[in-house]
Amino acid sequence: MNILVCVSRVPDTTTRILVGPDGKTADKTGVKFVLNPFDEFALEEGLRLREKNGGSVTAVTVAGEVAKDILRTSLAMGADKVAIIKTENEFDSYFTAQNLAEFASNRAFDIILLGKQSIDYDSLQIPAYLGELLGIPSIGVVSKLQIEGNNVSAERDIEGGKEIVSAQLPCIISAQKGLNEPRYPKLPDIMKAKSKPIEEVAAIDCQPRTTILEMSIPSKKRAGVILDGSDGSLDKLVTLLHEEAKVI
Amino acid sequence: MSINRGLTEEQVLLRDTVRKFAEANIKPYAFELDEKEEFSYKISQEMADMGFFSCFIPEEYGGSGLDYVSYIIVVEELARVDGSQAATIAALNSLGVGPLYYYGNSEQKKKYLPKISQGALWGFGLTEPEAGSDAGNTQTIAVKDGNDWVLNGSKIFITNASADITLGSTVLAVTGTKPDGHKELTCFLVENGTPGFTAKKMEKKLMWRASNTSELYFEDCRVPEENILGKRGDGFKQMLGTLDKGRLSIAAMGLGNAQGAFELAMNYAKQRKTFGVPISRHQVISFKLADIEIGLELARTYLYDVCRMTNRGENIIKEGAIAKLYCSELAHTASDHCVQIHGGYGLMKEYGAERFYRDQKLLEIGEGTSEVQRIVIARSIGCFD
Ligand SMILES: Cc1cc2nc3c(=O)[nH]c(=O)nc-3n(C[C@H](O)[C@H](O)[C@H](O)COP(=O)(O)OP(=O)(O)OC[C@H]3O[C@@H](n4cnc5c(N)ncnc54)[C@H](O)[C@@H]3O)c2cc1C
Repeated sequence: MNILVCVSRVPDTTTRILVGPDGKTADKTGVKFVLNPFDEFALEEGLRLREKNGGSVTAVTVAGEVAKDILRTSLAMGADKVAIIKTENEFDSYFTAQNLAEFASNRAFDIILLGKQSIDYDSLQIPAYLGELLGIPSIGVVSKLQIEGNNVSAERDIEGGKEIVSAQLPCIISAQKGLNEPRYPKLPDIMKAKSKPIEEVAAIDCQPRTTILEMSIPSKKRAGVILDGSDGSLDKLVTLLHEEAKVI
Repeated sequence: MSINRGLTEEQVLLRDTVRKFAEANIKPYAFELDEKEEFSYKISQEMADMGFFSCFIPEEYGGSGLDYVSYIIVVEELARVDGSQAATIAALNSLGVGPLYYYGNSEQKKKYLPKISQGALWGFGLTEPEAGSDAGNTQTIAVKDGNDWVLNGSKIFITNASADITLGSTVLAVTGTKPDGHKELTCFLVENGTPGFTAKKMEKKLMWRASNTSELYFEDCRVPEENILGKRGDGFKQMLGTLDKGRLSIAAMGLGNAQGAFELAMNYAKQRKTFGVPISRHQVISFKLADIEIGLELARTYLYDVCRMTNRGENIIKEGAIAKLYCSELAHTASDHCVQIHGGYGLMKEYGAERFYRDQKLLEIGEGTSEVQRIVIARSIGCFD
């Protein structure tokens, strides 16, 4: 089974993010970056499919040079090959999807796994984009996956329940928490990862479809005010709604 | 915490990985194992599977092939969460695996190291009831009989020596008198199950309660000549050489303990309010936290530096002693502050502060007490010349 896992490099969930001086990008100084947690589920699923069916797992990212660290993490977890589609510019989900599609198009992957979203920009678009660009089925937010021959059966989390979807390989699966329990890389594999090659591919030229105009930190919530139920507090409520909240 | 300084990419990945492992596979169980004084075979096997059982030995013996900084980070991250599991790993690598790897011949290495890396323990039998700081006063004796040596005597406080997964221990014994009148000391590899050898678990410890500590008894215990480690008469040198490096893993436990205690204290100080403000805003409390942070920065920078010296094969007799002493005293201060910052809750087991406080204490005693470290340092700067 020829398996592709798309991975991204995101700020660690415990890091405090600040907006950079341009007001459009995150300030990356002192920020710790990690392999996107949802991609860990995707990679783990890829590794399990390989362990069951044989074949190989390739991990790929669209990113700048710095992202080689998450490819080494992928190698340490067990990926056979890794590649970076290199760009040092800011880019959007469309750009990423076009580049992943280009990479995947002539390599005959049986299955493409991704995290359901990257926890940095949270666009959630890439699995669907990729399906469209490659002309194959794309099943999103999968928490259980079964593959028999070419038949794929995927359980999806939907509002208030589950949905079971079937498709044929080749297809795209985006991973939800619960799909599996990702393994820890073992110490010898961490040490060996540094000597394995990283394939470098130049990004194809493709115009992003969106640009970020502004980025800001959510304002701190104001403390609520609780009024008692007396008649006197009714007047106060009206005054507050009028003068503080300015809604009436 | 900005501690990526000077670490390689794989050391950062390794640290993050061990931290995740410790948080998920050890932390939830540490309280109960400590309470019950129980050695966990499950966690031990999980640690072996991760490659913690033979950190710095090469792959040909089933090891993880880590450099010394990486090994020390493993111990530090374990101690940040639990002293007992850190003790199992530090003692196994530095004291169990160390002598076998550095002084063993290739048959001995091939016989024991791969098994250890897969999940077996090996002890380091130096201390005796009458020989602690004064290790030269070893009483255990070995007498040659044909191709065998017959051991009689006992050892005390030996980490990892009596668990179900213990394979054996390196044991120091007197094998004769040197021409200069000093004792001739030799190390023997004694497998558990050898007739005449009993390893008994010691109980009711203050600290490291989920780690295995043992008394060893030898009563006409026969071991073959080929179980001598290295050369006859080299035993004392081997043991001291092992301790020189071993001190770095005790230092790592001090650093990890201090880091864990610091984080616990910091979180608590920001949550707990008195006189209308979080206690972290009271100057005396904030200064305690600032002092621990200073210690952590200095200790980590120094310890990693000494590990890099070890990687380069430099002599670290003085530096190892300084690192061990400084880090264990830092853990003392940090865990003490941690309990103090918790007030009355600091004395209650479920808050976790008191376990750091208890686990710390061994670090100022084991593998050479703080007094002995000061002697080593004083000697190396020429005080006794
Ligand atoms: C949990 C645990 C695990 C251990 N694991 C191992 C192990 O795996 N293998 C092993 O071989 N040992 C092990 N030990 C033993 C440990 O290394 C010794 O306890 C330690 O070296 C101190 O020896 P002692 O207990 O005999 O104290 P003593 O040597 O009797 O010292 C008592 C006090 O006197 C002080 N003192 C001694 N000599 C001097 C001096 N010249 N000048 C000033 N002060 C001095 C000491 O610093 C100490 O304060 C372990 C101990 C414990 C508690």
